[in-house]
Amino acid sequence: MTLTGKLWIGIVALIILSPLGLILPYHFKAGSAWGEWGRDEIHKMTGYLPQGFQSLSERWKAPMPDYAFQGWEGKDLSSMSFAYIISAVAGIAIIAGVTLVIGKVLTKEHA
Amino acid sequence: MHIPDGYLSPETCVLFGTVMIPIWTAASKAVKKTLSVRQVPFLAIGAAFSFVIMMFNVPIPGGSTGHAVGGVLVAVLLGPWAACIAVTVALVIQALLFGDGGITAIGANCFNMAFVLPFSGYYVYKFISSGSQASSGRRVIAAGAGAYVGICMAALCTGIEFGLQPLLYHRANGQALYSPYGLNVAVPTMVLAHLVVFGWVEVIVTALVVKYLQKQNAVFFEGGRS
Repeated sequence: MTLTGKLWIGIVALIILSPLGLILPYHFKAGSAWGEWGRDEIHKMTGYLPQGFQSLSERWKAPMPDYAFQGWEGKDLSSMSFAYIISAVAGIAIIAGVTLVIGKVLTKEHA
Repeated sequence: MHIPDGYLSPETCVLFGTVMIPIWTAASKAVKKTLSVRQVPFLAIGAAFSFVIMMFNVPIPGGSTGHAVGGVLVAVLLGPWAACIAVTVALVIQALLFGDGGITAIGANCFNMAFVLPFSGYYVYKFISSGSQASSGRRVIAAGAGAYVGICMAALCTGIEFGLQPLLYHRANGQALYSPYGLNVAVPTMVLAHLVVFGWVEVIVTALVVKYLQKQNAVFFEGGRS
């Protein structure tokens, strides 16, 4: 098998394992990454909602917020793990596609 | 380390967006010059790897979470400019599609994770590995050391960006307008968490893949050419 083939298998393995990135923090009761709190969390921590933060945050409605489907907040861990894997597949398909195009365009003159 | 929307002032966002434009331009030019057609699939795999490894949130029990970035690995294999492009693509898609990292903060996040991280890591790798064989153990150690320095430097920059906000942008009553924690909190928190925990995740991931590729006799170690 070619090296790229082997490496893609590695990526697929990581996709399948990716829900660990959801399950382990849940299991060990770890919160958000530092500095990536939502509105409620920030309000709880500081006692107020910073004015500029309020107007800028959560304005962008991502199609798959937090690597899940819209409206899936609070679903059980197995549903969220499923959404996480779908997110990984979708993200990687787009990212690999975009990077291939960029790479092809940049190396066009070498061919 | 993905700064969300609302944590940085619009001025800060514009500043980092502006800083990134010449960096992205230079990256395109450098990659155009050095990347071979044969390496393009590896660039795509590198971007995919960076994206998926960032999904592995590692918990500090009862505390926060963090993750590796994979940017130093790509820098070691394909060069820092290629890594800049690969990680940038991952970060942009994360922001747009998954709301991970702010749209307005794309410039700052790319500065930290797609510029500071691969470049600082790469130069540490170059320094430690100089003169060594492509198959040597020193390469693995050098890549690991680069990974550690790279992610910790990125965390330092992120901490400074967060920490400057309340200093520069606050209301008359002292309330912060954007990120609420100053340098005295943001910098030590970001840096310590990466020095003690998340940095080691980056080290392990980077060293393991480099070791594996050595065994596969991968000939595209960027450092091997110069």
